[in-house]
Amino acid sequence: MRLTLRIWRQHGPDEPGVMTTYEVDGISEDMSFLEMLDHLNEELILGGDEPVAFDHDCREGICGACGMVINGQAHGPERTTTCQLHMRHFTDGDTIDIEPWRASAFPVIKDLVVDRSAFDRIVGSGGFISAPTGSAPEAHATPVPKAVADLAFENAECIGCGACVAACPNGSAMLFTSAKVVHLNVLPQGGPERESRVLDMIDTMDAEGFGGCTNTGECATACPKGIPLHSIATMNREYLRATIKGGQRRNS
Amino acid sequence: MALATRTERSPSLIGSVWRSTVGKKTIMAVSGALMLGYLIAHLAGNLKVFFGADDFNGYAHWLRTIGAPILHHGWFLWLVRPVLLAAVVLHGITAYQLSRRDRAARPHKYVHQRQRQSYATRTMRWGGVILTLFIVWHILDLTTLTVNERAEEGHPYENLVASFNTWYGNTIYITAMVAVGLHVRHGLWSAAQTLGMNSARSDRALKATANGLALVMTCGFISIPVSVMLGLVD
Ligand code: HEM
Ligand code: FES
Repeated sequence: MRLTLRIWRQHGPDEPGVMTTYEVDGISEDMSFLEMLDHLNEELILGGDEPVAFDHDCREGICGACGMVINGQAHGPERTTTCQLHMRHFTDGDTIDIEPWRASAFPVIKDLVVDRSAFDRIVGSGGFISAPTGSAPEAHATPVPKAVADLAFENAECIGCGACVAACPNGSAMLFTSAKVVHLNVLPQGGPERESRVLDMIDTMDAEGFGGCTNTGECATACPKGIPLHSIATMNREYLRATIKGGQRRNS
Repeated sequence: MALATRTERSPSLIGSVWRSTVGKKTIMAVSGALMLGYLIAHLAGNLKVFFGADDFNGYAHWLRTIGAPILHHGWFLWLVRPVLLAAVVLHGITAYQLSRRDRAARPHKYVHQRQRQSYATRTMRWGGVILTLFIVWHILDLTTLTVNERAEEGHPYENLVASFNTWYGNTIYITAMVAVGLHVRHGLWSAAQTLGMNSARSDRALKATANGLALVMTCGFISIPVSVMLGLVD
């Protein structure tokens, strides 16, 4: 198939960017969206142009590296990551707009690549448990009810791709942060840091310049892993509980 | 070097709540819920207008006798007013501050725009501005009677009819009541989410309640000026 692509091109962090139009031909509907961009880049390189920079790693929907806004939707029209989006969801002759994640906490580095290290700093401030190193503990020593394990796992599915921030009209990281907080806070292993975790991670989230939640729900719609909007409510409850209990922060 | 045996004291509760986006949102939710509770009581009282001037004026008089003999005449109202004022002010300040932050967090619009949020969600901010202006107008109109030309102190029923006999009185009031309905439609569910009081299971029921309550409030409040216009209340 033949497509018209309008792609955000920006040479560096402080350079101005523009939407640039490219025509590509010979796209198979079995190609993934990234393979389609590879195809474009080969042509650009052959023509002596700079290829379009985009992030990717696993190309199997598990690492969270890839991510771009396709026709105004984070990761495009299907509920999956950009690498797992296939060209069969587009039709011959389509014009496709491709833009980077937009949020002041995710500055553009080049073209479609943004700096998502703010997420690492949120996780670094509380997204861990304190466990003694050494031999692995006996698995049955800490029983976890099935429903709790399922809830923790549902939230552990977050791959940190940043689609929630990109989709949110406020550039808010509430869905990401809540997935990390809920994942560990519901498990007994996360118990010792239950209060400090939620307080510190929300402090860091705010300090990184993400917006607040207006309960718009765009994040959960965009999430390729189906993290539910309800995780935000659970994080809010954990925050209030920790605050009322006078929970200590580790990072202050 | 001595080992620290005690962790530092944490920052003050109010300070840390005020500094955090989640904390500010909590203040919004609590002040919003307070105003919502007041509005429901206010609507129930206002509907007395359909039972005639004596009923309505009697109700208005009763409001001033609540808490007697411990409370002096009118004191109950003066206890409620500062609470409501605090709620409106806190709700407005937090809404303003959070909105500014939200805009700063998303400085770049997407070139490819899509409209997906519901109308009620999109209009929370402008709706809030309309409501603030309305609250000022409403107090000047029916409490202090400053802008109500034919008003007389102590005759709430007659003052209400006088206000709804003007085109501008009706227009302002009806616009604001539509805004209240939209605000509550998003706000009620939103407050439950902010306070972590909803659950995945009760979500649908909660949204239905928010829609139902929004509809009842808008229709209930609007029924009064409409009845005055139709001559059912005069
Ligand atoms: C007069 C009656 C009012 C009621 C009953 C009310 C109620 C509420 C409630 C319950 C919320 C949800 C809070 C949350 O999401 O946690 C809310 C949100 C909000 N209110 Fe109000 N409010 C009123 C007036 C106002 C006023 C005067 C303003 C403007 C200054 C305002 C601006 C907002 C904004 C911007 C939001 C956030 C919307 C969002 O989540 O996107 N409200 N309101
Ligand atoms: S490249 Fe790893 S999720 Fe897409």
